[in-house]
Amino acid sequence: MRFIETFFNTKVMADYMPDLIHAMGVTLGLAVATIITGILCGAALACLRVAGLKLVNFCIIVFADIMRALPPLVLILILFFGMPSLGLNISGWMVVYIVLSLVLTAFSEEIFWGGLTAIPAGQWEAGRATGLSKAQTLFYIAFPQAARRGIPPLVNRVLATTKLTALGSVIGVKEILSVSSSAQSFSGSATPLTMAAIAYLIIFIPAVIASHKIERRYHFAT
Amino acid sequence: MTQPRTMLEISGLEKSFGDIEVLKSIDLKVQEGELVFVIGPSGSGKSTMLRCCNRLEEPTSGAIFIEGERITDIPRRDLDRMRLKVGMVFQGFHLYPHMSVLKNVMLAQIKALKRAKPEAEARALEMLDQVGLKHKADAMPAELSGGQQQRVAIARALALDPGVMLFDEPTSALDPELVGSVLKVMKDLRDKGMTMLVVSHEMQFAREAADRVIFMDGGYVVEQGTPEEIFGNPKSDRLKTFLSRVSHEDAGAEAD
Repeated sequence: MRFIETFFNTKVMADYMPDLIHAMGVTLGLAVATIITGILCGAALACLRVAGLKLVNFCIIVFADIMRALPPLVLILILFFGMPSLGLNISGWMVVYIVLSLVLTAFSEEIFWGGLTAIPAGQWEAGRATGLSKAQTLFYIAFPQAARRGIPPLVNRVLATTKLTALGSVIGVKEILSVSSSAQSFSGSATPLTMAAIAYLIIFIPAVIASHKIERRYHFAT
Repeated sequence: MTQPRTMLEISGLEKSFGDIEVLKSIDLKVQEGELVFVIGPSGSGKSTMLRCCNRLEEPTSGAIFIEGERITDIPRRDLDRMRLKVGMVFQGFHLYPHMSVLKNVMLAQIKALKRAKPEAEARALEMLDQVGLKHKADAMPAELSGGQQQRVAIARALALDPGVMLFDEPTSALDPELVGSVLKVMKDLRDKGMTMLVVSHEMQFAREAADRVIFMDGGYVVEQGTPEEIFGNPKSDRLKTFLSRVSHEDAGAEAD
């Protein structure tokens, strides 16, 4: 009974439900915006890398290495507390969005690039030999195959990155974790944290299931 | 009678990879409607020569003419247009695994030749019919046998209405029982008057179907002539050695 009282207090649940539902919206919005930006930018950078411009590729590699090496929390704190000193006030939401998008861009660029380098030279030759330009061969032949190869690692990375939206709690973004942990302080009950866990499951379990579907749909024998 | 048109002409072609000279001076002409067979030991530069003909490899020097146009000087941006005139079939098929057979044959028609979709589809089905695979239009490449994949690759090249078809060891990656179906398609093509330059080890097919056989060794064209001349009455020692080695291999294969 003590257990249920601590973690599943119905009165506390009812009190904080509206706040938490709102917070779920914030987390979901952040996650979706991050995924779209990160994957599109990562794909664009990987394709840009195919052009083989030395300086550009050097910059992409440095960017990807830094973004993958730094803990995202460090970047979030630098941006949130450093930028106002430069006269740039960025909201907490925007800071988390920018940082997580950059991190996902770096990872997805590496995943797409890895996929592109695994495309056999014969695929490029077949495309070019039928009169397709390099860009057309990339767009219609190489990239679609690279993207399919990249889906399993990409899905993992997307889930890992979107869960990092919880870092927004450090800089006061009203997402699930920050709302529930302040609710926990006010109510003195651990129940809001249970609600947070459930809220994350509600968002991410369907995402995990959807990812299995995507992986199966785009699996093809090579 | 009009003089037969020269569809492909190679003149003084040289190609080096670093310090290694693969082609040392190749001269070759293919007339309209001719099937020219290129034989020779591995490493003699046969495939490299073929790949120079649509500039998948850049020649080191020399000239190549396709339908009278010198393709060795045209700027890179005009390469795509030039390649439409030269169909190429690879040893490894290289179908696009993420697209259906029909889409494989339609892609370059739409994107490179700028054909309208219905026209491209009709043409693709016609070409698939020609190689006997119309019923596989909706299959994915991985569902086909090697021989079927190669025939789709031939249809993909033919759909662009090339003037010349290049075949780079089209049957070398196939199981023996599948070779015949691909050779049959090539024979049909020859009967339709397609100009073809074929690098292959199918000596029997060369005897039956080739108009001319070229023997390459060490980066040179050593000997050329009709199949009867090349197989029946080889002149150079190198060709004699090569033919006896090949026939030994055949005998060995039959004994297995």
